[in-house]
Amino acid sequence: MAIDPQPEAVTAEGPGADFPSAPAGVSAEGHGPWYLAFKRFTRNRVAVAFLGLFILIVVFVLAAPLWADHVAHTGPNKTHTLEKLHVGDEVREVVTPEGRPIGPQWFEADGKFFLGADSRLGRDEMVRLMYGGRTSLLVGIGSALITTAMAILLGLLSGYFRGWVDTVIARTLDVLWSLPVFLVGLALGVALAVGGLKIGPLEIAGGSLWIPVIVISVFTVPYIARPIRGEVLALSEKEFVEAAIAQGAGPLRVMFSEILPNLASTVIVFFTLTIANNMLFEAGLSFLGAGVQPPNSSWGTMISIGEELLTTQPLLAIIPGVMILLTVLSLNIVGDGLRDALDPRSKIRLEAHAGMVEPKGSSV
Amino acid sequence: MGRFVVRRLFGMVAVLFAVSVIVFMIFNVIPNSNPAQALAGKNATPTLVKSIEEEWGFDNSLPEQYVTMMKKVFTGELTSYKPRIPVDEQIFERIPATLSLSIGAGIIWLFFGLLLGYLSALRAGGWLDRLLTGVAVAGISIPVFLIAPVLIYFLTYKVEIFPNAQYVPLTEDPWEWLTHLILPWFTLAILSIGFYSRVLRSNMLDVMNEDYVRTARAKGLSERKVMTRHVLRNSLIPIITLFGLDFGATIAGTAIITEVLYSLDGVGSYAAEAATKFELPPIMGVTLYGAFFVVFINALVDIVYAYLDPRVRLGETASA
Repeated sequence: MAIDPQPEAVTAEGPGADFPSAPAGVSAEGHGPWYLAFKRFTRNRVAVAFLGLFILIVVFVLAAPLWADHVAHTGPNKTHTLEKLHVGDEVREVVTPEGRPIGPQWFEADGKFFLGADSRLGRDEMVRLMYGGRTSLLVGIGSALITTAMAILLGLLSGYFRGWVDTVIARTLDVLWSLPVFLVGLALGVALAVGGLKIGPLEIAGGSLWIPVIVISVFTVPYIARPIRGEVLALSEKEFVEAAIAQGAGPLRVMFSEILPNLASTVIVFFTLTIANNMLFEAGLSFLGAGVQPPNSSWGTMISIGEELLTTQPLLAIIPGVMILLTVLSLNIVGDGLRDALDPRSKIRLEAHAGMVEPKGSSV
Repeated sequence: MGRFVVRRLFGMVAVLFAVSVIVFMIFNVIPNSNPAQALAGKNATPTLVKSIEEEWGFDNSLPEQYVTMMKKVFTGELTSYKPRIPVDEQIFERIPATLSLSIGAGIIWLFFGLLLGYLSALRAGGWLDRLLTGVAVAGISIPVFLIAPVLIYFLTYKVEIFPNAQYVPLTEDPWEWLTHLILPWFTLAILSIGFYSRVLRSNMLDVMNEDYVRTARAKGLSERKVMTRHVLRNSLIPIITLFGLDFGATIAGTAIITEVLYSLDGVGSYAAEAATKFELPPIMGVTLYGAFFVVFINALVDIVYAYLDPRVRLGETASA
């Protein structure tokens, strides 16, 4: 790319000052690229609306203990099999003798069993939905953080050092890439759920949330690491890297304070889309019993429990599914909006895909 | 071309070996539990565990154990222990359901995906394009475990249009086979329809800016001919790779969930059943065979792609 002829680019402040290849012209008004990206994002009303929806979902799941303690007066894993519910003068059984759970009560019972009970165990569906959302979001965000961190590290090492380091990392990623990720994730999830995991001094029990987080993050690394590696390869040819090396900067400094800031927009977009993708991965694994283990709830496990009562209580399976849809949809649209704002020429291409495997042909 | 094929096949063998090592590690090395106990499944008797321990030689060295596993997988000695059934037999019995589901879904998603993508590229920027883009984004984000319950509830229980799933073999009754599979097909296809329409649209918009398209217009070809002969044809090439990869990934991914949701007795639901019982041999078998199948398809797709687009195989030799 040509050197930016405008002197304002040099004086631009904020983190964007590190962008030597900031698109020509964006700094015409003396604003940094981050500010301009923010402006561009807020102009995209659809993306802003869906960001709002995502924030609402986060608030909804964070409010779980409030609802559980003050409205429903129960916990997510508490069973109410033999209890009766007093609605006005009427007495309703939470679970009928035939094992049929109570349907949605909405506000009739002061918010108790708002969405009904989940199964013959008679657990409060609404409370489980809120706590389950915490689990799903936690696994999604947690694994996306680990995936992104690993991908940045591998991409930087591989793209900067090249040679045998690159060969080893790139081949490993190739193998992971060509695996049927979901199937192998399923196998690993089941194998670890039996006895847990032991890495050196670190021991993780079979039912721990860390198991799905680790499984998911390992298998999604290549989807981010490969494009990042490509970008590092291109960036390390740039003059500013040469300049840094000429000034005596070591590899660590070049990688982390020269190249890394230039990856920021790619990383932000990928991170958003990876959360969505990983949440779908988690839901799929949990649905099949290889992800989040009972009694913990997640939206995926709730669908698999609810699906058994589909004929009589369809909402039990449909509501958690709708929650997943809304979360994934909002993250996808926010991710798209971020890409348009941060990278107007759209170098980055990846979508979370409800198939839990990203479309492979569309990487950079 | 010959060199490319050899290189690609060699790469395939390397990946297959890596896959088998990864699967071996998953079952025998990584978990912090007695592998015999895990193979036997939940609540197995100590005598069963003991006999499995001897059968698999868990006190041998790791390479020996690896050879034992591969032998079992390829000679069809892999058995599930509760009840004692050979894994191969089960898988072969269930392959028709899995293939019917995925091939049918593949045809549907390709047809509708390309149709919608073509329409929205023709009308790029117009209201139809914007509508289709919106539908595609929504389609991409709908998880199968939402589509399936909604479709089943409304179209089989509320209004009895479609029969309640289960797989009916094609050879037994083709009409029943079809009606039982329509809902699963669309469930599996919807997300890819959305995705493929977007990919084709953006490919076509890229190709429309190429010089040869301008040349075609300049020499007076009708718009229709330009679009179908020049733009569409060249935009389809990348779709082939994508389809091959996605098809493999779908069989080993979303198809499993779809099979479970519609109680189709396919290979995926076999693995899923085993997963709920924490029984490993079926999962080991399905994972390895599935991985081999996917890796094979990927290699095949690369070769077809290289045949269609000479730049790929030339680039490959240049960098070698």
